[in-house]
Amino acid sequence: MEFFVQLLVNGLSIGFLYALSALGFVMIFKSSSVLNFAHGELLAIGAFFFLILAASAKVPIVLCFALTLLGCFALGFIIERLFLRPLIGEALIQVIMLTVGLAAMFKGLMLFIFGGNFFKYPSFLPAALSVTWGMINVPSAYVASFIIGLFFLGLFGFFFKYSSQGIYMRAVADHQTAALSLGVHVRRVFALSWAIAAVVCAVSGIVLGIMHGVNVHELSSIGLKVFPVVILGGLDSIGGAIVGGIIIGLLETFTGGYISGSLGEVIPYIILVFILLIKPYGLFGSVEIERV
Amino acid sequence: MKKDILLQINNISVVYSDVIQILKGVSLAIGEKQIVSLLGSNGAGKTTTLRAISGLLKPENGAVTEGTIEYEGRSIQNAPPETITRLGIIQVLEGRPPFEHLTVEENLRVGTAARSGRFSKQDLDLVYHYFPPLLARKRSLAGYCSGGELQMLAIGRALMAKPRLLLLDEPSLGLAPLLVKEIFEIVGRINKEQGTTIVVVEQNASMALQLAHYGYVMENGKIVMEGAASELRENPDVKEFYLGIASSGTLKTYKDVKAYKRRKRWL
Repeated sequence: MEFFVQLLVNGLSIGFLYALSALGFVMIFKSSSVLNFAHGELLAIGAFFFLILAASAKVPIVLCFALTLLGCFALGFIIERLFLRPLIGEALIQVIMLTVGLAAMFKGLMLFIFGGNFFKYPSFLPAALSVTWGMINVPSAYVASFIIGLFFLGLFGFFFKYSSQGIYMRAVADHQTAALSLGVHVRRVFALSWAIAAVVCAVSGIVLGIMHGVNVHELSSIGLKVFPVVILGGLDSIGGAIVGGIIIGLLETFTGGYISGSLGEVIPYIILVFILLIKPYGLFGSVEIERV
Repeated sequence: MKKDILLQINNISVVYSDVIQILKGVSLAIGEKQIVSLLGSNGAGKTTTLRAISGLLKPENGAVTEGTIEYEGRSIQNAPPETITRLGIIQVLEGRPPFEHLTVEENLRVGTAARSGRFSKQDLDLVYHYFPPLLARKRSLAGYCSGGELQMLAIGRALMAKPRLLLLDEPSLGLAPLLVKEIFEIVGRINKEQGTTIVVVEQNASMALQLAHYGYVMENGKIVMEGAASELRENPDVKEFYLGIASSGTLKTYKDVKAYKRRKRWL
């Protein structure tokens, strides 16, 4: 029983991270229907940015966090401005291939600068954050992941539901021309969605770095896990990304715990195949609303 | 009769994809606080004219290649829609596309995008005042609204922007006759009470000419006729070809139709 609860807690905290990183992916897809194949690399960039600030420059941790998020926000804007805006109006496949190219470029750059080694953040999480409850022990990194994941999901939920900019973003996702006709700055919405995606990637990159250490290959392959997550949840559903992330996180840890660790790594992709066979639009994928 | 001119279109040509010419020298003037209706058959270029004004040609790969569009003395041809909407020109699109996955009230909030300053309760109340059915549905998803409610939503959304010039593209499309009447009455009230200048593109010519002060008839990308709405209503050609009333009930001969065609070519 303890083992079960332990896995449950671990799975949930990993799941929240997946959910958060999938949120970034879904946002880009929703607003501009671009599949971002550079998602894992954005994750790694965030983690390395934090590494430089925390380990090399020895900036106070809170400031590190803030600076990383700010930097990645700017990076998202720059990526959109430099690489995606010139392609507005081109066929979608070209834009998607561009993100594949971006992925290769970012990965190459990071390998060039940092090499393929493992790095560790200086430990900064207070030990008091870890929870011990009977036989169950949750390390502080997992507690932090849980809290940060929940916080950012709440924040974005609030942003999309109540802020004007969030409502405009959903409006653009729904009907671009109508949004244009009402004066919504659609290009700004695209840029903002890339910026926010880069920020959520950075957050999940940092937390994953705290859990497993920082490594280019590792992080970019974790980024690939957004595919099972978003396809399970439905490519264009923010709620689906969250539910999908939690389900994949739980499945992965339970399979890893009860069957075998290496199967746990593969299970998301096996699920992906089944989902595509049975429910290709995912659990919450947009069902066209038919008027009755 | 047009005293203060709000928008003046001078001899514009619009070309899609660099080759397909839709407008061939259209000129029209829209007086301040007037309702102007733009009539014509399918493919005459009515929607294109509206899109040229509102800056929405670009997403369709179109552009104004010649001529000017002047709004209060300022040239706005080929300006991006973000700029044009902020000058107070809002177009209500044909087919009234809603933001399906947003609630009615959120849809209305998007209407404030072109305005500086935050949206307030009064703006919403104003829309609900004109369109009471929306109030009852404000929390439901727009995707589930009926056609009439969607048209009200589309106009209401535009109203949230406090437009000076409202461009309505076929508001009667696919609606029950009584509902069309109701919506046209509301449009008339908005014009009177808010002082909004309105351009209506319509197939329903008799409805549009009852509402409007002035009218233009378009064919093949040109303006072929214009005049005060009351004159147009009485014009024999308009009567026959747009209102469907044959003069004194006689059967028209082919010769007469040909005469009209010849006349059209000259105009």
